Amino acid sequence: MSHGSALPAQRLDWLPLALIPAIALAALPFIPSLPTWVTLTVAGLAMGMMIFMMAAGLTLVFGLMDIMNFAHGVFISVGAYAGTSVLLAMKPSMQADSLAANLSAIVPAVLAAMALAGFLGWFFERVVIRPVYGDHLKQILVTMGGLIVVEQLIHVVWGPDIIPLPRPATITGSFIVGDAAIERYRVLAVLVGLAVFAAMWLILNRTRLGLLIRAGVENREMVESLGYRIRSLFVGVFIAGSALAGLGGVMWALYQESVNAQIGMQMMVVLFIVLIIGGLGSVGGCFVGALLVGLMANYTGYLAPKLALGSNILLMVLVLLWRPRGLFPVGRA
Amino acid sequence: MAEALLALAGVNTHIGQYHILQGVDFEVPRAGLTMLLGRNGAGKTTTLRTVMGLWQASAGAIRYDGAEITRRTTPERARLGIAYVPENMGIFAGLTVRENLLLAARSGPPEDRRLEWIFRLFPAMQKFWHAHAGNLSGGQKQMLAIARAIVEPRRLLLVDEPTKGLAPSIIANMIEAFRELKRTETSLLVVEQNFHFARSVGDTVAVMDCGRIVHAGRMADLAADDSLQQKLLGLSLQAHQ
Amino acid sequence: MLTTLLSGDLPRSRVLAVVLLAILAGLVLAPFVFPGTRSLNVAAKVAVFVLLVASYDLLLGYTGIVSFAHTMFFGIGGYGVGIAMAKLGAGWVSLALGIALALSLSAALALAIGLLSLRVRAIFFAMITLAVASFFQILASQLSGFTGGEDGITYKLPDLLLPGTKLVEMPLLGVELNGRLASYYLVVLAALACFLALLRVVNSPFGRVLLSIRENEFRSEALGYRTVTYRTAANCIGALGATLAGVLYAIWLRYTGPDTTLSFNIMIDILLMVVIGGMGTMYGAAVGATIFVVAQNYLQDLMALASAAAKGVPLLPGLLHPDRWLLWLGVLFIVCVYYFPTGIVGKLRAK
Ligand SMILES: Nc1ncnc2c1ncn2[C@@H]1O[C@H](COP(=O)(O)OP(=O)(O)O)[C@@H](O)[C@H]1O
Ligand SMILES: [Mg+2]
Repeated sequence: MSHGSALPAQRLDWLPLALIPAIALAALPFIPSLPTWVTLTVAGLAMGMMIFMMAAGLTLVFGLMDIMNFAHGVFISVGAYAGTSVLLAMKPSMQADSLAANLSAIVPAVLAAMALAGFLGWFFERVVIRPVYGDHLKQILVTMGGLIVVEQLIHVVWGPDIIPLPRPATITGSFIVGDAAIERYRVLAVLVGLAVFAAMWLILNRTRLGLLIRAGVENREMVESLGYRIRSLFVGVFIAGSALAGLGGVMWALYQESVNAQIGMQMMVVLFIVLIIGGLGSVGGCFVGALLVGLMANYTGYLAPKLALGSNILLMVLVLLWRPRGLFPVGRA
Repeated sequence: MAEALLALAGVNTHIGQYHILQGVDFEVPRAGLTMLLGRNGAGKTTTLRTVMGLWQASAGAIRYDGAEITRRTTPERARLGIAYVPENMGIFAGLTVRENLLLAARSGPPEDRRLEWIFRLFPAMQKFWHAHAGNLSGGQKQMLAIARAIVEPRRLLLVDEPTKGLAPSIIANMIEAFRELKRTETSLLVVEQNFHFARSVGDTVAVMDCGRIVHAGRMADLAADDSLQQKLLGLSLQAHQ
Repeated sequence: MLTTLLSGDLPRSRVLAVVLLAILAGLVLAPFVFPGTRSLNVAAKVAVFVLLVASYDLLLGYTGIVSFAHTMFFGIGGYGVGIAMAKLGAGWVSLALGIALALSLSAALALAIGLLSLRVRAIFFAMITLAVASFFQILASQLSGFTGGEDGITYKLPDLLLPGTKLVEMPLLGVELNGRLASYYLVVLAALACFLALLRVVNSPFGRVLLSIRENEFRSEALGYRTVTYRTAANCIGALGATLAGVLYAIWLRYTGPDTTLSFNIMIDILLMVVIGGMGTMYGAAVGATIFVVAQNYLQDLMALASAAAKGVPLLPGLLHPDRWLLWLGVLFIVCVYYFPTGIVGKLRAK
């Protein structure tokens, strides 16, 4: 055999990872003071983590079943609204300045958001997506239709106006580190995001289920030929991804301290940018892409408000010029 | 004579609006290796995919081990003991050799004895146990694909062009490996363009053209009959000898 | 003669022929049959959207690609006229200049987007166009010195097209022959001409190659067609059609703003019109646009009545609220994609 010693294990492609500190450092000279930079960086990471939660399901579903769900944003909105309803219904526990009381409102709210979004995901997969399986054109159209209908139903159920949502007492306010003020909620968001990423990483890399998912992303037919029903695997991933989007939605609502029916659609554009930057179907790419987008949005948002989204589209174009299939291209052609 | 392990009767397959298989009839006996030959585009790959359930037959019947499987899903067929090595090998490039084999072993981690036997057939598998499959050479990928199909004992092995793009020395290894496989309880259905390889390992043979079987018989008879080869395989024979 | 005008693509259904004639007659006779500002506005909007939707159908129905950037090209046309009129003065030369610049910009952008992303896959193209269109929306709202930001721009047109201009002293059949009427007929006739041109495109050998690529890319590549080239060309033609529609709309409204051109809601409206009217037939675009625009203006009145009547029943008034009419169109849209992928026109022709 031509090879001498053992083959190198696939090397970690670190270059895209280095982009995260690179962007943070590149922003430093433009920001007037170090404390502001620290605040913005934490804000960017927090935003990135929430975007990652919303986008993870979308990229996995695409990788596994070659389906791009243009209605993924509705899971975000539905999660946000469901969580908000629960939180508003438990106002006294929210306002109490005790962590236990706050948690007794937040935990049910998060569960409600994930459950409703997950259920909607299950329904969507069965009713809307399954009949147009394998037909990209119809998928895009039908999921767009689903987006319109659910967004309108949200108007019917929750009304057309923005609903304000004050944050629970214990996660309002900031830590002061040196001269920098770091909002508590952002730290919480970073921690939750890291926990979700770690859990996903462990499941994907350390369990048989994860092995199946990774194999399915690469070659669906072969996984079936090995005797596994990828359908049920896919339904599971779809529901889990929708529930995660719901979690992201309720966290986003708390971050914005309000909800409106358009957040789903507004986030879709951001999610697509993240997916394209990261490489369609790649969870790691999705994570890196989300953090890049979050940081970029906060730095430019500070320097030139309103250009935040624009700067990310520019970032996407630059990434595509460098790597036409995203930072971490996934196997399938 | 016992009933064949696999029998196709009047199988038709459409891909989109195209009518690819137009009534395929042939059998794979319960032992040995059946070669499926024919020129490019004859429908060999489509036949294997139809047997595996990756295309649905639009008419006709596929019987396997005494039961009809025409309407069964791909995973069901796999669980009945059919394994498939596609033309592009279908290995999971991002998974290690070990993970590729673990995934294929449906009933838990493979037995040591079985693994040792596989390592004897394909030593490269042991050497690159923790390497990512995407980093293997073409021949090693082909070996991994076959190893994956037999990591547990299977009844019927479908292999699409195992020697495609391989160097002659590696083809010699493959011939050895297939001879060893024939000594097990597994029956094989192998699609091939390389007549030298086909003659070396085939027991029975079926020849396809334009979506139909045009000849079926013993490999030895075909190998001995130059004019029949000329007639059935035409140019593809000269191109590959 | 008629066959030549329609490029050999006849309605092939008596009902469809009657419907199309009714639409045409309605548009041509609107100022005389339905006088009043509102109905004339509806008629002009129908004409503009027939062109806009037809140009979108060239992409979706004939080429099989989903673009979310169609409103961007629509907006480029609108802003081209608006900015030229506001900055260079309300003359014919500046109008022509604005249109020429808008068309060149659209063609260049469509070419770039096509070459960048059409070689990959339908989904990728859809996502990229969505992002680029969002970028443009931001651009328009930020460059307020040029575009008037969220407020948009209001401008004058050459005198001939202004309502104050009387063309003939005597009213005809009770209708004043003024600049408003002139600009109405300019819009309708230009839209009709562009529509016939698109009909010609899809019935040319070029159009047939597009169809064969949509049917089976694999085979078409094998037959030696450069699919990326064909798709990119279709993308450019579609973009030019949308730009012209934007130009006409800007001429009619004498106003250009994000809500009338770039808004994502208009993109959704276009999708609804194409699918409900019938993908893959230019006549579907005409029928879909007409039904939609008329419904948009009159169905809501009807829903207000129904909603009031349903008072007291839980949830029903909310579902029937006039602002919720998109809900019902969305449902209709999904049903169409599943069960009538060829839309109304497909159904009529099948009979
Ligand atoms: N996805 C497909 N779409 C359309 N035609 C196909 C497709 N796959 C294969 N074909 C056609 O089916 C015929 C048989 O192909 P195949 O079974 O791959 O032949 P073989 O394996 O014998 O070379 C060929 O004419 C090929 O062009
Ligand atoms: Mg083949």
